Amino acid sequence: MKFMLELRDLCFSVPGDGKRIDILNHIDLTVPDGKLVVITGPNGSGKSTLARVIMGIEPATSGEIWLDGERIDGLNVTERARRGISYGFQQPPRFKGMKVSDLLECAAGKQISREDACHYLAQVGLCSQEYIDRDVDASLSGGELKRIEIATILARNAELMIFDEPEAGIDLWSFGRLTETFQQIHRRGTASMIIISHQERIIRLADEVVLISGGRVTGHGPASELLEQIESAGQSGGCADCL
Amino acid sequence: MSEHYSETVSAMLEKISGLKSTPDGAYNFRLDGKGEERKSSDHIKITPKTDKPGIDIRVADGTVNEKAFIPVVLTKSGLEDLVYNDFFIGENCDVTIIAGCGIHNCGCEDSKHNGIHTFYVGKSSKVSYVEVHYGAGDGTGGRILNPQTIVYLQEGATVVMDTSQIGGVDSTKRYTKVVAEGDHSEVMLTEKLMTHGDQTANSDVDIILNGHDTKARVISRSVAKENSRQVFHPNVEGNNLCFGHVQCDSIIMDNGRVQSIPAITANHVDASLIHEAAIGKIAGDQILKLETLGFTAEEAEERILQGFLK
Repeated sequence: MKFMLELRDLCFSVPGDGKRIDILNHIDLTVPDGKLVVITGPNGSGKSTLARVIMGIEPATSGEIWLDGERIDGLNVTERARRGISYGFQQPPRFKGMKVSDLLECAAGKQISREDACHYLAQVGLCSQEYIDRDVDASLSGGELKRIEIATILARNAELMIFDEPEAGIDLWSFGRLTETFQQIHRRGTASMIIISHQERIIRLADEVVLISGGRVTGHGPASELLEQIESAGQSGGCADCL
Repeated sequence: MSEHYSETVSAMLEKISGLKSTPDGAYNFRLDGKGEERKSSDHIKITPKTDKPGIDIRVADGTVNEKAFIPVVLTKSGLEDLVYNDFFIGENCDVTIIAGCGIHNCGCEDSKHNGIHTFYVGKSSKVSYVEVHYGAGDGTGGRILNPQTIVYLQEGATVVMDTSQIGGVDSTKRYTKVVAEGDHSEVMLTEKLMTHGDQTANSDVDIILNGHDTKARVISRSVAKENSRQVFHPNVEGNNLCFGHVQCDSIIMDNGRVQSIPAITANHVDASLIHEAAIGKIAGDQILKLETLGFTAEEAEERILQGFLK
């Protein structure tokens, strides 16, 4: 079986008070081709850091990252992007002077038709005519910006899409549209997805759910099993660390 | 416009005005301190001044959807060109004036162009003014541009000014003044500037809102690279019920320095004026975002600046 992404004994630590603080502890994980993996866990457990280490934004302290048989942990962000990894920021930046259509073109890596740009925006629940010529600047709300960020990942159409809390800041109506889009991508099977999320509706879409706590993988399995564990821990007053 | 110009002149013309061939309608092309070619249209008359260098441009009442091109190119090192262009825009017009100056200096002496433009905009007329400044050539002589643009607006008149200095100009001292004298008149000024090397740029802007219900929006975007220096001083003065908004954004790179001094002066209780100014380097998360889309850091920087100065 071919594994799209494989993390082997991955660690990440930062300097602290005279010693290093471990953020990620010996993570082993595989994301098979065309699968949707949701990473969940309590705040501060290292989920976003893991996504950033995969994209190359943070360098792994030790361990290996393999993509389609190639070791990529020595590559920078640009090189990883060019090998087929894309990453949707939890808090995307704003660009003065860059229109939404320009940013989508940057993402697609080529000129795209207005129709295509509108299609990407519609997939994240934005009225394309209203947004396509707007600047990606402070005039956009946090939720609008977030949806445009997700549209850039759709335009990028990479083989591995990483979304860091895509639901954060998005209203209930748009959230429904977003989960449909994730489902559609999943059904097509042309891309693997890693979604970091706390939302049950997103967790239920997953082929596999990975529970991270204290920088370690503390659970890994089908959504139904993991959700049951999380719910029972919540009802007993426990937390993800207690699972 | 004649097609016999040198490659250098043709390239400069295209750079500053977008012209590849003779435009439709009125135009005046000034080359190396002399009027080279001129043509009036039915509604836009261009005549040379008799008392000093320059031209008068007279736009008839009711002229709409017409353009006039008035580019200037300097290719001689050591030339100092001073020109006075006056624009008399009739009532109920909607016209576009495409100005711009390119200096190609391959010599060791300074080349300088001082263009003094004065607009008198009639009632209910709209003027779009586009001005591009550009310098090129491998000489050690300076490429210096010191434009002055003065605009007087009558009742209901609007001026939309889009000025940009896209590189290669060693020194510039700009002065722009708009007097919104008529009620309901409006000014929208966008100034874009990029400096590099040891270039310097100073830009003073005065917007005087005298009329009732007048509006002004001033947007300044600039990039200072390498050892270049820029100083901005936009001032909006409200003397009646009016609205004014000044926004200055600058990106600094390398050892570039920018001083931004936006000012607003309210002399009337119904004047509503706002200013904002921001200076900083390109945000790291912007570069990072484009890197995640496959850009190198250098490509990302270039793309961000391109959008910022677009």
